[in-house]
Amino acid sequence: MSSDPARTDASFLDLVRTAVPGASIEVAPRIDMPVAIVDRDHLVDVCQTLRTHPDLQFSVLLDVTAVDRLPAAPRYEIVYLMVCLGPAYGTAPARRLRLKVQLADDSAAVPTVSSVWPAANWAEREVFDLFGITFEGHPDLRRVLMPDDWEGAPLRKDYPVQIRKDTASWSPMQLTEEQFAANMRAAREHAARAARSIRGDK
Amino acid sequence: MATRTETMTVNMGPQHPSTHGVLRLVLELDGENIVSSDPTIGFLHTGIEKTAEQKKWQQIVPLVERMDYLGPQSNSLAFCLSVERLLGIEDEIPERVTNIRVLIAEVQRLSSHLVWLGTHAMEIGAVSVMMYAFREREQILNIFEMIAGFRMFPSYLRIGGLREDLPRGFHDVLGPFLDKMSEKIDLYEVMLTKNQVWTKRTVGVAKLSKEDTIAMGLVGPLARAVGVPYDVRKVFPYLNYSTYDFIVPTRTDGDVFARYQVKIEEMRQSVKIAQQALKRISPTGVYDCGDYRIVPPPKDRVYTEMEALIQHFLIYSQGFNVPKGECYVPVEGPRGEHGFFIVSDGTNRPVRIKSRAPSFYACQALPRMIQGGLIADVIAAIGSTDVVMGDVDR
Amino acid sequence: MAASADLEVPVLTTTVEKMVQWARRSAIWPVTFGLACCAIEMMAMAAGRYDVARFGAEVFRGSPRQSDLMIIAGRLSRKMAPVLRRIYDQRPEPKWVISMGACASCGGVFDNYSIVQGVDQVVPVDVFVPGCPPRPEALIYGIVMLQRKIDRSRMSA
Repeated sequence: MSSDPARTDASFLDLVRTAVPGASIEVAPRIDMPVAIVDRDHLVDVCQTLRTHPDLQFSVLLDVTAVDRLPAAPRYEIVYLMVCLGPAYGTAPARRLRLKVQLADDSAAVPTVSSVWPAANWAEREVFDLFGITFEGHPDLRRVLMPDDWEGAPLRKDYPVQIRKDTASWSPMQLTEEQFAANMRAAREHAARAARSIRGDK
Repeated sequence: MATRTETMTVNMGPQHPSTHGVLRLVLELDGENIVSSDPTIGFLHTGIEKTAEQKKWQQIVPLVERMDYLGPQSNSLAFCLSVERLLGIEDEIPERVTNIRVLIAEVQRLSSHLVWLGTHAMEIGAVSVMMYAFREREQILNIFEMIAGFRMFPSYLRIGGLREDLPRGFHDVLGPFLDKMSEKIDLYEVMLTKNQVWTKRTVGVAKLSKEDTIAMGLVGPLARAVGVPYDVRKVFPYLNYSTYDFIVPTRTDGDVFARYQVKIEEMRQSVKIAQQALKRISPTGVYDCGDYRIVPPPKDRVYTEMEALIQHFLIYSQGFNVPKGECYVPVEGPRGEHGFFIVSDGTNRPVRIKSRAPSFYACQALPRMIQGGLIADVIAAIGSTDVVMGDVDR
Repeated sequence: MAASADLEVPVLTTTVEKMVQWARRSAIWPVTFGLACCAIEMMAMAAGRYDVARFGAEVFRGSPRQSDLMIIAGRLSRKMAPVLRRIYDQRPEPKWVISMGACASCGGVFDNYSIVQGVDQVVPVDVFVPGCPPRPEALIYGIVMLQRKIDRSRMSA
């Protein structure tokens, strides 16, 4: 059961190679599902092919995450887990795939795949929040898990696990509806501004 | 005089009796209808993934149980399966252990669905269903307390097998419970399924189309309620589910009532699988893979043999090394496909642990579900998606 | 309390303070502030088997303005701390706080960037109930301890 070759067979990636010429797709060593490393520039085209090609039909994006491999290089790997549901939803056979994009540091941005799978929206926000990696073209890139005014990317290897910080807990008691709506708008703008400054664009 | 309409912004804050935990929904309302909504999560962010990078592999099992706190042992099962595949001991896990794991996973699914049913029904108004569901859940918690001493987070499933053997009298407690459970599920159906109050509040509410469900990454009871019969146990079988006899219930409507029906039927199938598993398990026997670099040796040998003492000491002081690589083995959790993507660099601590949380994607899909509906439907929608904020925020 | 033995109708005398404190502690209504796993054990405590209603906590109020007790059940993250403080401030006197579980009492298993190491950094706590999660009986014992504390305390407090 554990050495089932069909599970790690990556030959279907040839279909992607023909559909997106110029993309560099290397197959990586794996034990649980096919793993491919794609270059950043062709990521969206490769994902579009994976989702729409009639023999591939990877219609579900399971997760987008990142790995900080400091001190190994390249430092960041953005990992995309996807699945083709098989006869339950379509005609292609049920398969899993793990796609990776490697980044040397956070100065480069990764194109967003939320135009291919809307499920990537929040997942990429989480990677931005916890690792500080920017996604180009994302409709709404701001923090999702940490407080909006948090500084730093907690899941990076150079961020400490334990910190000692005073707990901020005061907030005004009575607000009118206009003040509340204005607060919500200001919080969104502040978050967007903070996100822009993390990304480094002015 | 010209009339002018404007929308009202209302906060359904993190402290709310019906949001299943700490979820903030800022609703823009036109009267009682929802024009748009904006969920804010992160109020329960615990940094479990960062904390787990500091722990040894076997110490992470209790930590990840606290992520999805309604079905904790499905979390630990997913984690143990990923680590075991990376370790390469997948084939050395004995058949008895695999059957016990199946049994525990299904009983855990039953327990999680009971809490879902109780809280969902209570929020819609059927308060007595909560009392009934929690009564059955107490019996399941008794069983968990029997096997490992703890009601909610037993940490019974470990890397390499189980923590210890099943207690005496286990079959005599679990067998009658499972036999009576199907009657109890019929009782819940009697209370709700043909109840006009229930159907008026759930039929046609919070519909999500098939394409939207798949596009938003929802796989699990939410997808099965729109007619996508994808179940990890059938399509990518793990443990020995391919040897068990069960069906995957589906409906096509995609509303709250369809999700309710799918889950009730899933509870029945869980009882069926658990009964089959119980027949295959002998009351005593082997309970781990026997590889004492990974599982601790039995205590009587630790006290008498030198080698066992050294193995015990090594496991508890420095742990074991997991070979370099990455792995993702998902299971069918009560909320959908749940798995841990683990990255190891060959040491006794992980580089990265990422939990693929089904509730995270369900929360993301909430605005689409509730748009155009009434405020009261928001409560029904949140209940039907069965979000657990511990899973969303980790 | 003294009993007057020479009257035909038995009469007990006591102080107003004791009566008020007895009334206050016999019907402590909590506000729903379940955060994480401990909330499930709190719900189990309110359900049929452990039935906290027989100890006075008849209903869990949805609004803080109608509650006496706040059981902080679960881990408090830094994002949630202002919300906790606001809910606490919205409650009228007399108010009490029970910190349920290890995470609320001291940060629990999670000593990291994201969890407040003990809710007493944000609100004053009357009773700490340890456990991960505490059994429903342990939480009921905590409520009973709180009731004894209220009996002992003075009205102006």
